[in-house]
Amino acid sequence: MKKNKHNTEFYLRLYKQMTKIRVFEDNANQLYLDAKMPGLTHMYSGEEAVAVGICEALRISDKITSTHRGHGHCMAKGANFNQMFCELLGKVEGYCRGKGGSMHIADQANGNLGANAIVGGSMGIATGSALRAKLQKSDDVTVCFFGDGATAQGLMYEVMNMAALWQLPIIYACENNGYSEYTTTEEIAAGSILERARAFGIEAFNVDGQDVIAVNKLASDLVEKARKGKGPFFIELMTYRYHGHHVGDINRTYYRSKKEELDWKNNRDPIQILGSFLESEGIASDAELMEIHSTISREAKDAVDYALNAAYPDTSEVDLHVFQEV
Amino acid sequence: MPEITLSQAVNQAIAEEMRRDSNVFLIGEDVAEAGTPFKVTSGLVEEFSTERVIDTPISEPGFMGLAVGAAMTGSRPIVDLMFGDFLFLVMDQLCNQAAKIHYMSGGKLNVPLVLRTNLGATRRSAAQHSQSLHALVAHVPGLKVAMPSSAYEAKGLLKTAIRDNNPVVIFEDKLMYQDKAFVPDEEYLLPFGEAAILKEGRDVTLIGTSSMRQVCERAAILLDKDGINAEVIDPRTIVPLDENTILNSVKKTSRAVVVDEGHQNFGTTAEIASRISEKAFYYLDAPVIRMGAMDVPIPFSPVLEDLTVPTAERVAENARKIVSGELVHAL
Repeated sequence: MKKNKHNTEFYLRLYKQMTKIRVFEDNANQLYLDAKMPGLTHMYSGEEAVAVGICEALRISDKITSTHRGHGHCMAKGANFNQMFCELLGKVEGYCRGKGGSMHIADQANGNLGANAIVGGSMGIATGSALRAKLQKSDDVTVCFFGDGATAQGLMYEVMNMAALWQLPIIYACENNGYSEYTTTEEIAAGSILERARAFGIEAFNVDGQDVIAVNKLASDLVEKARKGKGPFFIELMTYRYHGHHVGDINRTYYRSKKEELDWKNNRDPIQILGSFLESEGIASDAELMEIHSTISREAKDAVDYALNAAYPDTSEVDLHVFQEV
Repeated sequence: MPEITLSQAVNQAIAEEMRRDSNVFLIGEDVAEAGTPFKVTSGLVEEFSTERVIDTPISEPGFMGLAVGAAMTGSRPIVDLMFGDFLFLVMDQLCNQAAKIHYMSGGKLNVPLVLRTNLGATRRSAAQHSQSLHALVAHVPGLKVAMPSSAYEAKGLLKTAIRDNNPVVIFEDKLMYQDKAFVPDEEYLLPFGEAAILKEGRDVTLIGTSSMRQVCERAAILLDKDGINAEVIDPRTIVPLDENTILNSVKKTSRAVVVDEGHQNFGTTAEIASRISEKAFYYLDAPVIRMGAMDVPIPFSPVLEDLTVPTAERVAENARKIVSGELVHAL
């Protein structure tokens, strides 16, 4: 691979973005374990290369829709720590003024139309956003993130059919982390997920979701094609979630082994894979990468402290935003 | 002032709003060349092309979802749902998505879409094409619900719905598409949350939604012959509901019959009757009577189907009983 200044900076950015997500999730998990966070949350750790590889191929006006496992998508599309942690803790300065929480973070200023707590629930929204772009003759692209579990929802096939009929600028990004909640993907998906997209005449690709550079290269290519009206596309990204279905899913050996988890963490970690590449190419030293990690960790700790001390919404907000006043 | 059908009124409202705002588009099954099975949208595709009058596959959750996403990003879609019964197919997109997005995002996102659909039995269409399911969506915070009772209301309420920044579900009575009413030449909009008093009276208040307004008006004529002077109110929208107009009327008449074509159990009549009982209790001289559709799936056979829907005769009969002081149970 040819080295140049642009690539160097870009690779370091990929590394930082993935590290931000990992560090965010580590802190969110700790907030849960310390009983400082209301409710539950779903960790994105292990899947960072998917969100970062794809979102780095997008510009701000491009849209994404996200899932219950959505913190990674938010961060990758430009969200900041303070508002993220505030939302997780139900504080008024959060992205949704504390009304959405972990599963509903939306950041429309960065083109994030929101996470969705209904599995597959955002597939229509994403496709509608692409329809809007086409109606407006804009070249914005929408990426619909969803998991392998969501491929069992009928909505996906309805909207892919329309996206293909109308050549909408959308990329369906299936994060296949091997598990549909507490069940292996093999047990819930008959045949081939990619072939399902191909049946609609949609070009579909499989990519190693732990290799951020490969993800980014494929995504960049497809985004450019979609901008020119050649969409839709479908990508299946093979990845892994380090935690359980949610933070409370601790005892999970009944559906997957610790050995398997360790194998992915030790041998297929997206941040380590990119880190080794950066070191071998002489782009960054181990010490420099450690420094990136500690800087981001400090920023995250500050943001957690900020959020813990931030104000809750005034109780008068409980019936605010049911309707938008005209 | 020309007299036009409810179908023409809806068509005019859509056309006028599409001319006014290029963000408005129409989407649904067979809305373009076919103009829907009720021929409500005929001619629109000629003026606005297939770009803005979009025929979809038979995928109700799919095109409902598309409309939500398009609305969130700046469009103002009008979704045509061919039969109100198909609401059950779009519940996730309508109730979990569209209704909640503004609130869940802390007011940052909004979903300005209109879902046009219909209600009404006695078309001999049996259980899956005859339901009146407005109470179902009225139960979900974040959705507005309009129930036009004639061509005049249909046009004015639809135009208001299209300009509203929230998801609005508007129910047209499928038996009224050919019914005519006078509609002004000049542009007009009807505000949400303002009921209409169609006939003033002093003895009993008849509250009727959608086509039950006409049932109440006919009942009032029957009652007049018995010397009972009924007031007739059409709420026009049930979310928001104009409680004041209803309460003020009942405070005057001290009696009320609430008539609606949705099923009676847990329905629109229950909500309105309960508000009257809570807020005008000491003004009442009789129990508030509810009359909804019978709590059975709508049957096909005409002799059975006709039993399920309130009629003017039965409304008048119940009104007579509460005016005379005889306590009754509702239909």
